[in-house]
Amino acid sequence: MEAIRIENLTKRYKNTVAVDRLTLSVEQGELLALLGVNGAGKTTTIKMLSCLTRPTDGDAFLDGKSICREPDEVKSVIAVSPQETAVAAGLTARENLELICGVHGMNKETAAAKIASISEQLKLTAVLDKKAGKLSGGWQRRLSLAMALISDPQILFLDEPTLGLDVLARSDLWDWIRSMKGKRTIVLTTHYMEEAEALSDRVAIMKDGRLLLCDTVEGIKAAAGTDRFEQAFVQIVKGAEQ
Amino acid sequence: MKTYTLAVRNAREILRDPLNLAFGLGFPLVLLFLLSVIQANIPVSMFEIQHLTPGVSVFGLSFMTLFSATLIAKDRGNSLLQRLYTAPLSSVHFILGYTLPVVPIAVLQCVICYGVALALGLEPSVNLLWAVLLIIPVSVLYVALGLLCGSVLTDKQVGGVCGALLTNVSAWLSGIWFDLDLVGGVFKRVAYALPFVHAVEMERAALLGDLSGIFPHLWWVLGYAVAVLAAAVLLFLRQMKRQ
Repeated sequence: MEAIRIENLTKRYKNTVAVDRLTLSVEQGELLALLGVNGAGKTTTIKMLSCLTRPTDGDAFLDGKSICREPDEVKSVIAVSPQETAVAAGLTARENLELICGVHGMNKETAAAKIASISEQLKLTAVLDKKAGKLSGGWQRRLSLAMALISDPQILFLDEPTLGLDVLARSDLWDWIRSMKGKRTIVLTTHYMEEAEALSDRVAIMKDGRLLLCDTVEGIKAAAGTDRFEQAFVQIVKGAEQ
Repeated sequence: MKTYTLAVRNAREILRDPLNLAFGLGFPLVLLFLLSVIQANIPVSMFEIQHLTPGVSVFGLSFMTLFSATLIAKDRGNSLLQRLYTAPLSSVHFILGYTLPVVPIAVLQCVICYGVALALGLEPSVNLLWAVLLIIPVSVLYVALGLLCGSVLTDKQVGGVCGALLTNVSAWLSGIWFDLDLVGGVFKRVAYALPFVHAVEMERAALLGDLSGIFPHLWWVLGYAVAVLAAAVLLFLRQMKRQ
């Protein structure tokens, strides 16, 4: 069953086309990686799908709800972990989580239970009462993800989730993302080849706002006639330039 | 509930910053002490406690503009607002969430200011209640200025515009530190075309129990508060759409 259906989604800024007639669908429980070099249109796509930016043309349906006509309904089934770590620096980790529970209309008891559960899942318990602004980059990113997950979204957008993390923190996050697979629909943007290869069910390669190819890692390698994913990506992107 | 959650978060961010407490509360109180000491040694009618306190309590509100503008600008800069914009919240939740918590902080600041003034010799009277009550529309004006600046400026720009420019403009053009008649001319006309001097004169009249004297100043303050709040809401909504 489709969790996301994107139909000719387009975003133009004056003379620039950031996303060009993107058509794509994502199944429930699938993890789709949007892969591309800088300026490919990945973040703009996420911004449109999460109702932050209005498309110039086209539409997308998340859990059957239109991002153009029913943004409030869409917002109730999604969560976003933005590219930059989006936490309230002056609040403790617990208060940050309470903030998100509150804006989703949860009562105190539900919020407390959710915070206990998500903290255990993401091993945040030890830092719950520390100020978010004092946490290291890795902990802040983990908190940022917990804030995205605590509302129990059906569809989760992770925009460059491991950007700037060290190897161990990245490995921990990968484990956690893997544990989410099948339970929620996840759209992840990245420009790390190994991340897309390790985590995704399918990879959508974008360049200059256009979708070049969407397939499994094996399918992409086969299409490019190579057994190395990075080489396949380079060939496909460079092929589109010619 | 959603507005309350946002308001609590914003109040916490403001109150937990030691610099905010130092400037918002400490600086006006230091001015009160200092000018009262000067007044004790060299009597100047401008610095008599019943004349000085209303001015200092209004001047202190310019820091509320700085606090709320800095908070909004920082939230815009670090993607927290982006995250919140993807939550099921309306623009009303955001606007109330950013403005409501600052008004009680501003009133509390005013109460502390008058409390310290009592200790410094201000005569206790029921008029203090009027002075505190009338600080509310003035607070709304300053908080709206914060919403407006926070919606269009970066947190670094906010430091310059609200921290330096607004505090100076509201100090020089308010008649707190010197009598505007001493300068007169265009300076005085500009000052009276702006709301700051009206806010101070309204507070002074309230503290003296001259309730008819709060007019027309109250209309000036209310007019500016409504106009600035309307502009702030429009600019906040514009930056929300630009996300």
